[in-house]
Amino acid sequence: MKDFINLEFPSKSSYESFARATVGAFAARLDPTIEELSDIKTAVSEAVTNAVVHGYRGKEGMIYITCALEGRELTVEVTDQGSGIRDVEEARQPLFTTKPEEERSGMGFTIMETFMDSLTVDSAPEKGTKVVMKKVLSTMEA
Amino acid sequence: MDMTLTEHHKTLVVKIIGELDHHYATRIRETIDIEIKDKDIRLLIFDLSALEFMDSSGIGVIMGRLRLMKQQGGKVCVAGAKDSLNKIICLSGLSGLIGIYHSVEEAMKGGQVA
Ligand SMILES: Nc1ncnc2c1ncn2[C@@H]1O[C@H](COP(=O)(O)OP(=O)(O)OP(=O)(O)O)[C@@H](O)[C@H]1O
Ligand SMILES: [Mg+2]
Repeated sequence: MKDFINLEFPSKSSYESFARATVGAFAARLDPTIEELSDIKTAVSEAVTNAVVHGYRGKEGMIYITCALEGRELTVEVTDQGSGIRDVEEARQPLFTTKPEEERSGMGFTIMETFMDSLTVDSAPEKGTKVVMKKVLSTMEA
Repeated sequence: MDMTLTEHHKTLVVKIIGELDHHYATRIRETIDIEIKDKDIRLLIFDLSALEFMDSSGIGVIMGRLRLMKQQGGKVCVAGAKDSLNKIICLSGLSGLIGIYHSVEEAMKGGQVA
C-alpha cells in the first residue's frame, strides 16, 4: 500500500507553520538532508500562504494537502477552492505579484520551482488552485 | 516567533528568533516601523542568527523596510543568516540590494553611514 497523508484545515495564517511542520515530519521518514527538509518546508509554506493570502483573501475556506511517497519521491499537493488564477504563466514569473501593497515580492512560485524538482499549477478563476510539487530525495551514502 | 529591538546611536538591531512567516510578518513590520520613525534610525540590522525558518513573507518584510530606510537616507543589513535562509535571500535578489554579514559586529562596521 502507498504511503500518504491527507490534511484539511481552515484558511488561517496560524496553520501555515503547522502545515509545513507536518509535511516535514512526513518527509522525515526518508531521512532527508537538513537542506532537503528545509527546501520542502519552505515550498509548502509558499503554497499554503498563497492559498490564504490570494486564494481566500481572508474569507473562510478550507485548504487541502495530500503528501505521498513513492520510493524516494515525495509528492505534495496543496489545493484551495478560492479565487483561482486567470493567467498561470504570468503568475509564475519571478517578481510577479498582484499584492505589492501587502509587501508581497512575487517570489513564491519561483521558490517552489527552485526548491523542488517540479511544480505544476492547475487553476481556474472562481474555482480554485491546485499546486503539485515533487522532489526526489537523495540516497544516504553509507 | 520572538523579537528583540536594540537601538544605539541611530542604529537599530532587530533580532528575530524562531520562524518568520506570513502569520508574524505584520507584527514584525509594525514594531520595526514605529521604532525607525521614532528614533530616526539610519542603520537597520536584521540579526537572523537565531532565525530557524523564513519564507517569502520575510523577503517582503526586509524589502519593505529597505524602501522605508531609503526614504530616510538610511541603510539595511542582514547578519548571521543560516545557509537555508541565505538560499532564499540570494534567490530573491536581496543580496544585491543590502549588505549581508556574518555577524552583527561586522554589519556595524561595514554598514556605517559615512
Ligand atoms: N492559491 C492562489 N490563488 C489565487 N491566486 C494565486 C494563488 N497563488 C498565487 N496566486 C497569484 O499568483 C501571484 C504570484 O504568486 P507568488 O507566490 O509567486 O507571489 P506572491 O504571493 O504575490 O508574493 P510572495 O510569494 O513573494 O510573497 C500572486 O500574486 C497571485 O496573484
Ligand atoms: Mg506567494
